[in-house]
Parts: sequence; structure tokens; C-alpha cells
Amino acid sequence: MAQATSSPPETLDEDAPARRSYSSDAAGLGRLRAGVFVAPALLLIAAFLVFPALWVLYLGLTNYRLTGIAAAEPQFVGLDNFIDAVSNPVFWNSTWLTVQFVLGSAVIGQVGLGFTIAWLLRDRRGPLKRLVEGLVILAWILPSAVVSFLWVALLDRDGGTLNALLGLPGFAWLLDHPMLSIIIFNTWRGTAFSMMLYGAALGNVPPSHLESARLAGASGWQQLRDVVFPHIRGHILTNLLLISLWTFNDFTPFMITAGGPDGKSEILAVHVYKVALQSGELGYGAAVSTVILLINLVVAVFYLRLLRSKK
Amino acid sequence: MTARFVAGRIGFYTLIAVLLAFFTIPLLWLATAPFTSDPTYEVGVPDFTWENFQAVAEHPYALPSLYNSLVLSVGTALLVVAMAALAAYALSRVRLPGRDALLYALLLLSSIITGTAAMVPLFQLAVELNLIDSHLGLILILTGGLLPAAIFMMKDFMDSTPKSYEESARVFGASPLQIVRHVVVPLVRPGLATIGVWAVANVWGNFLMPYLLLSDVEKQPAAVITYTLYTEGGQANLRMLSTFGLLYSVPVVLMYLFVSKKYGFRFHGGIKR
Repeated sequence: MAQATSSPPETLDEDAPARRSYSSDAAGLGRLRAGVFVAPALLLIAAFLVFPALWVLYLGLTNYRLTGIAAAEPQFVGLDNFIDAVSNPVFWNSTWLTVQFVLGSAVIGQVGLGFTIAWLLRDRRGPLKRLVEGLVILAWILPSAVVSFLWVALLDRDGGTLNALLGLPGFAWLLDHPMLSIIIFNTWRGTAFSMMLYGAALGNVPPSHLESARLAGASGWQQLRDVVFPHIRGHILTNLLLISLWTFNDFTPFMITAGGPDGKSEILAVHVYKVALQSGELGYGAAVSTVILLINLVVAVFYLRLLRSKK
Repeated sequence: MTARFVAGRIGFYTLIAVLLAFFTIPLLWLATAPFTSDPTYEVGVPDFTWENFQAVAEHPYALPSLYNSLVLSVGTALLVVAMAALAAYALSRVRLPGRDALLYALLLLSSIITGTAAMVPLFQLAVELNLIDSHLGLILILTGGLLPAAIFMMKDFMDSTPKSYEESARVFGASPLQIVRHVVVPLVRPGLATIGVWAVANVWGNFLMPYLLLSDVEKQPAAVITYTLYTEGGQANLRMLSTFGLLYSVPVVLMYLFVSKKYGFRFHGGIKR
């Protein structure tokens, strides 16, 4: 306690040159102690987030393997892994499937469905709205291992509920249409975020603008195009960037199709797992991870610039 | 006009019905199969038996895996909350050199370094540091991944709390640590709870990291055990899967209801990473 009572004047002296910082540093923490407060978090982030990201850049330039000679003495191979990747049809197939997955399930599926639900329910209150929203959110919050199996059961060839409903016994969704299956699954899984974001955005559109558009005889589509979209343009862009980033990095499809059959649903996230941890080609897997990191970086920088320009 | 109105109504309710069907049908199985004596893949009318729960209780890895999930998620949440609160408080109150750049970097890092992008080095790091099959190791790795976003969210809470209480506490001679514990923490309690629940939900559902880093079945959390239950060993045991899946899901739903009721907000973007 003695030390505590003497501490305020001390800190005051330290802060004397920059007096305005006194009012913000109300507890008299001072730079040193502030540094001590920040240090543990930064250390963990450095060890388990920054270091792995840098390490992946290095690993991508080696022929490191999980087992064998190259595991003991990895060699620096320069850009060989990257050259291998771009000349490998499997990599391009995987990239193309990822584009389909992101465009189909995030950009078209989640944004389209999320906006549709938000628009349909915009003026509603009461149990119907709560029921729809509740179910959409439930699909989003349940553990991914559980929902994955729910879809495996739903789409099962012989006993699945979907085939029973459609009267298509023996239709093998996961074998014959694996990409379509995981695209529809991920639309179902992730629509909640877009729905909530557009729900909030539509609440910000001034009702008087909509009212005057209606009085001027604008149709539903014209109201959307001329009144609603200009108001929520920022939200749409934010939403697109975030869900594209998440979908691009989503590993859940692995739990439904495991990339198969024959790599027909092997999106990049699953591709990295298969080459690096199942086949043991850590160097090559790290090179593909580097590509993923770079794509993430581009999208994230774009998103942060957007956030800044809003402020 | 009225004909158009009626058509509009019919169109609206048809669309809502289709949407409801799309979102409900996949979930029905989870609601019915746990209470059915001999469930198949097809949704059927349950005969309300409790035997399946008995089977889960007797399974050697089912309930222990829920306990593992609890250990991992609560352990991670506690670390994340404590570290993020300290860091965010210091960053909010003291103008450390390079603070804005640091916050920008944190935000960038948390969005680009995902489990997918970092699985190779994280796996290797865990092998080198002997952290495979270690709960503590996994907790540290998960904490590192969640901290940037947590600090960022926490700083918002810290920035919006009034500083006058801290000033008066200081006038009465409290030390900075005492001020943090007795003045700041009570003020930002909703923020701490948010970050805590967000971290628990995140780890509870996480599959990739424990799948990569825990190979000992006795240490694996529910996410990995669920996956093992339907991918390994021939015919999937549907009684186990449905009932265990339900038990594993209920806490998430309860947490969501609790948070949205108590604080009136949603997991905005938090649950996915």
C-alpha cells in the first residue's frame, strides 16, 4: 500500500511533458507497465500465429517431408514447389473447385438467400419471423461435426430422407454430385450471418424514401434497385469480402466428402491437408498454404481499406 | 389490385414455406433419431425411448470427450479473456509507440492466418515442441489464434468505459493493478462475458486443430469423436451418433440463448473463423 500511495505523483512527473495523456491513462499505468500488460498476449500471438505464418513461407521453399530422408535433412529447393504446383493439374483442379465453392455457396448462395430472407421479413414482427430466423441461426451455430453428419444422413443414397422425399431411391448425391452437395450444404450452414447483416442494414434504410418511391409508382424491383441498394452498398461489400474469406478457408466440406470421390470435391483447404498431412509432402503443402495466405492477405487488405474509408 | 395482392400473399407464404423446409429438414433427424429405438438415416416418428442415452453413457469415449471439449474450451476462454483484457486495457489507456500499427496488424493477422493456411507449420511446431496429444499445447495454440480478434473486440469495450472512476480510485491511492481488478473489470464485465462465450463457442465447435494435434482417443474432444463415429469402423452406429450429437449440440444452443437474452446481441461473425 505504501508504494501505491506514492505512485500517483511519480507517474504525474513521468507524464509531465505530455499532459494530455494523463486524462486517458487514468489509472497511472505508465508505458512500462502497459508494456508488461501487453506482453503475454503478444508473446502467444508471436509464437502460435506469426511464427507459423513465417515458417510456412520458409517450408514452402524446402523439400521437407513427414517421413523418410527429407524429414531428417530437408533441402532448400527454391521455388520448385511452386513450379510443381502450377504445372500440376491437381492443383488447378482444386483451385477451380474452390472458385466454384466460394462463388456458389458464399457469393450466390449465402448472400442471395440471406438477403432474400432479410427482405421478406423486413416489416414483420412476431412468431413467424422468430421461427425462420431461429432455424437459420441454428444451422449456423451447431458444431460442424454434427451438421456434417446430419447432411451425410440426409443425402444418404439408400436410406436418406432427401431421396425418400423426392422419390429417388438410390440417387448418390455425394458420389455423383459432390460439389453441388457441399455448395448447398454450405449455403444452408452459413446464411445466418448474411441474413443478420442485411437485416440490420435494411433497418437503416429510411422508410420515408421507400414510401415516396412507392407513391411515385416504383415496382418492388425498382424500389430495391434505386432506394435500397444505394443505402446498403457498403454492407454488401463488407459481407461479400468476409464470407468469401471464411468460405475460402472452410475445412468443413472435408467432414462430408473428404475431398472425394477422386478429388472431385477437393477444395484447396482439403487439398493442403491431403498432400501435407496424409501424403506427408510438407514442403509442397506449405507452398499451397502460402498461396492461400496470399489470397487471404489480398482479400483482408481490401476489407480493411474499406473499413477505413467508412470511418 | 386485390388479385395482385392475393397472389403476392400466396407467393410470400410459398417462399417462406420452402425456406422453412430447407432449413428444417436437415435438422429433423437430430431431433427424432435420439429418441428412436432403432434409428435409420430416414427421419421417422420417434417412440420416445431413453435407451440411446444409456448407450452414450456406457460408451468408453463419448462422455469423456465432452469433458475434453469442456477442458479445452474453458481453458482457452480463460486464457483469452485474461490476456486480451490486460492487453486491451493497456492499449486503450496508454499511447504505446506503434499502437495503431499494432492494432492494424492484429486485425490483419487474425483474418489471414486461418487454421487452413497454418495447419502445416502448426502441426510441425507441435511435433517439435512435443505438444502433440497435449491439452495444454492445444490450448496455447488455440489461444494464439483467437487473441488478435479478442484484443480488438475488447479494446472497443475498454474505450467506451468512463475513466473518471479510475481517476478517483487513483486519488484514493489504489495501485494500477488494484484499479484494473476492482474498477475496470466490473465495468467491462459484459465485454469479458462476450469474449469468453465467443471463445468457448469457437473452441467447442473446432474440428481441424484437435483433429491434427490430438491422436490419443482418450484426449480427443467431441468434435473429433463425432467424426470418428461415422467415418471409422464400417456401419455407423446411428443410435450413438444421433444421441451423442444432440448432447454435444445442446450446450451451444443454450449458450446462444443465454447470450442473446442477457446481452441482446448476437455472435456477429464470431463463431466462424
